Amino acid sequence: MSTIHVPVTRNGFGRTSRPDAWWVVPLLTFLGLGAFVVYVTWAAFQGVHYRFGPYLSPLYSPEIFGDPRTAWFGGKPDWFPSFLPFTPALLVLWAPGGFRFSCYYYRGAYYKAFWADPPSCAVGEPRKSYCGEASFPLILQNIHRYFLVVALIFLPILWHDVWEGFWFDTGFGVRAGSLILLVNTILLTGYSLGCHTLRHQIGGILDQLSRRPIRKQGYRMASCFNRSHMLWAWTSLFSVAFSDLYVRLCSMGIWTDWRIF
Amino acid sequence: MSTQVTFRIWRGEKGAGQLRDYTTEISSGMVVLDAVHRIQATQANDLACRWNCKAGKCGSCSAEVNGKPRLMCMTRMSDLPADKPITIEPLRAFPHLRDLVTDVSWNYDVKKKIRKYQPRKPDNPDGTWSMEQDDIDRVQEFRKCIECYLCQDVCHVLREHGLHPDFIGPRFLVYSAALEMHPADTADRLPDLKNDLGIGYCNITKCCTKVCPESIAITDNAIIPLKERVVDRYYDPIKRIFRAITGSGGD
Ligand code: SF4
Ligand code: SF4
Ligand code: FES
Ligand code: FES
Repeated sequence: MSTIHVPVTRNGFGRTSRPDAWWVVPLLTFLGLGAFVVYVTWAAFQGVHYRFGPYLSPLYSPEIFGDPRTAWFGGKPDWFPSFLPFTPALLVLWAPGGFRFSCYYYRGAYYKAFWADPPSCAVGEPRKSYCGEASFPLILQNIHRYFLVVALIFLPILWHDVWEGFWFDTGFGVRAGSLILLVNTILLTGYSLGCHTLRHQIGGILDQLSRRPIRKQGYRMASCFNRSHMLWAWTSLFSVAFSDLYVRLCSMGIWTDWRIF
Repeated sequence: MSTQVTFRIWRGEKGAGQLRDYTTEISSGMVVLDAVHRIQATQANDLACRWNCKAGKCGSCSAEVNGKPRLMCMTRMSDLPADKPITIEPLRAFPHLRDLVTDVSWNYDVKKKIRKYQPRKPDNPDGTWSMEQDDIDRVQEFRKCIECYLCQDVCHVLREHGLHPDFIGPRFLVYSAALEMHPADTADRLPDLKNDLGIGYCNITKCCTKVCPESIAITDNAIIPLKERVVDRYYDPIKRIFRAITGSGGD
């Protein structure tokens, strides 16, 4: 590669000629992601109030081990190390957590908001050294495709939870909680189907898509979701946390589940 | 209607210099380049600035207007706050020559390093190729590039960390994508992209996409798809095992 002498006039952290409020977006990202991580961590450690009627909080789905009456394989298994905290959420949250953590959109967003790399476009950085995603540890972000596979396995499970959320003791019904779980799962589906890796695997990998009509349609669909991946990412982030909060507060008797019919 | 606006323009040579204030009259419909020309004509005959088409197509008039890389000829005065001085500085990621002019020739050298287009054997007896529009659509987006190098300028890997020897920058990742995804091309650029061209340095902050005057979705449509191809080849153990067993592809 050709070398170049650029007197890189590093201005220092936060220095820029931009007169606009460049710090607003990274600050909102920091607060939004930070609040989500704090809430989800707290909720995952609770281990109670994650079900209300037919609703299951998406943070606790699938309930592999947990409440012996409702979990797939019964209560806390005997072999589970006693020194580790146990809740049904802690068994599954690594999957959606890892999926979001290694998502291309979130990566770009939190590198800016949490690591100031850069704080915002054309704004000075606090550190001189830089390795990007070319070496350890960030090279591990390439694991995203495996998290995608797990996320795609979770989706039908979440849709099953939605279906269950419409069946009450009295039979089929629609209540606010049913709709909240439905909207949440629509948003999670839109987020997952717009994944860059999915778009690549479906069709982006091919240079002559026209020869594969089914994959071409799949690529078009993934590209369509992908164009607003950021929007799906944020809306689904809030809806997951809100769905858990809703189920939790209903279960605690603080909120009443509004009956529509 | 006309108003008086103050411009704070970088004056100096080879990186040494300072911002100087010029106040000039702005009338409706003017762009930043018009104002620079007016200042040049009336107050600073020796002000160096580069321009050519005044239509956003030659990519010559790149500068940093109020701290953001922009084409001066496409930046409307009506879109900038007129009550505060407007700063105009040269591109920061390249060696400075004079006033608003920088030496962007590093980019030409980088372009030469990228493997050329290598078409497959012609499809037709008359030596031509047949391609579906659907397959060409994707690379046509990349061909809109006017080589203004605004994306190179804003990219923090070059601008802030000066990794020019190791990273080709977003413009040339777009160029690589245009070749790599071309339906008739047979060259393999993935080893270069991973090793010498430095695609791993991009941390997908999308600043390049935001400044592109041609609205090329640089990060989403060029860089991330190339990163995914590099992952397929080098960082996906299951695909590697599969290739080893089936003998398809190679490093
Ligand atoms: S997305 Fe990558 S190439 Fe574009 S500005 Fe950011 S680091 Fe540079
Ligand atoms: S990709 Fe866009 S910003 Fe970059 S050089 Fe081309 S036209 Fe300019
Ligand atoms: S890139 Fe965002 S989920 Fe895969
Ligand atoms: S003068 Fe040609 S792009 Fe501005």
